[in-house]
Amino acid sequence: MFGTALIVFREVLEAALIVGIVSAATRGIPGRARWIASGIGAGIVGSLLVAAGASALSNLAQGMGQELFNASILGIAVAMLAWHNIWMSVHGRELAANANRVGADIRSGARELSVLLVVVAIAVLREGSETVLFLYGVAISGHESSVPMMAGGAIGLAGGVAVGWLLFKGLLRIPLRWFFSATSLLVLLLAAGMASQAARFLIQADKLPSLASPLWDTSWIVSNSSLLGKALQGMIGYDAQPSGMQMTFFFAVLVAVLAGMAWARRRAEPRSPARAAPNPT
Amino acid sequence: MYRLAAALLASASLAAFAAQEPELATVLENHKFAPDRIEVPAGRKVKLTIENRDAAPEEFDSGDLRIEKVVPGNSKGVVWLGPLKPGEYKFIGEYNEKTAHGVVVAK
Repeated sequence: MFGTALIVFREVLEAALIVGIVSAATRGIPGRARWIASGIGAGIVGSLLVAAGASALSNLAQGMGQELFNASILGIAVAMLAWHNIWMSVHGRELAANANRVGADIRSGARELSVLLVVVAIAVLREGSETVLFLYGVAISGHESSVPMMAGGAIGLAGGVAVGWLLFKGLLRIPLRWFFSATSLLVLLLAAGMASQAARFLIQADKLPSLASPLWDTSWIVSNSSLLGKALQGMIGYDAQPSGMQMTFFFAVLVAVLAGMAWARRRAEPRSPARAAPNPT
Repeated sequence: MYRLAAALLASASLAAFAAQEPELATVLENHKFAPDRIEVPAGRKVKLTIENRDAAPEEFDSGDLRIEKVVPGNSKGVVWLGPLKPGEYKFIGEYNEKTAHGVVVAK
């Protein structure tokens, strides 16, 4: 039972951390709870579908279907997170100023939330489909009867969700003045980390050269098999032995998103004196 | 002249040899890998086929090799390794870690 709990916890952890960050980053946007819940729901449905089609999926593209699928959905998530951060670089201050009022820009708020719904759904789908496959495997190999298995799964799930919730609550304690800068930074690292993981899947599928591999080795400090390594991998794409290609993806996304944020802020400035009036900083 | 021809021939056959990636295989049965010690040449890209003869799916997982690959029950999965530096690289079947584990040795 505890073996089941630990494995489910490990799988749920990454998704829970991502949902925690996204929930915090959308603070002050009306209706976000409903959108995030829908994202989780869509992710669970998606993970059942992916698990059911696992054989078909892995036989695609000369046996590399799974890798290409993972790389594609990670790519989509990177694009969505990049869009979020660029949007936030213009609207973050506004949200901070109006945190307790209904946001002025509800329409773009809804668009923004639909983008993050996709990110939440993808995070849940990736880790969820592995959890479903694992539980299915346990169920058919009959090592454990189904009651302790379900109990273990539930404990693991609850533990993972609790960690995500703690991260969310912890982030909310950051003073409002720095809050959106802090969540922007987390989302930026999340996007860059996902890009690096997408590169890893493309290398694994032999679609990209690895370039220098590994570039360095920090597995003696934090190994990717450890819980901390898993958590860091989910949040910032931590890899104890990254390849040159992964780091290229990481920094390319980092620089591109920062440039996009700077561009959006500059473009918004001519109009901003009137808009930013309630916010003297 | 002979020496040059020999050198050319040697480098050509070396190139032909290098173009063909070594292919290796391991079989997963009753949640155990056989062989569980897989020797590969260092500095080369290697194709490893994992045949899962169990009914249950398994995730071939290695932090050392940076590979995560789900292999459904009764099917085969292909992963590409390396080029690796000489050394030992542990891998596990994440869903049955207690029995399903092994090591890739690059020499």
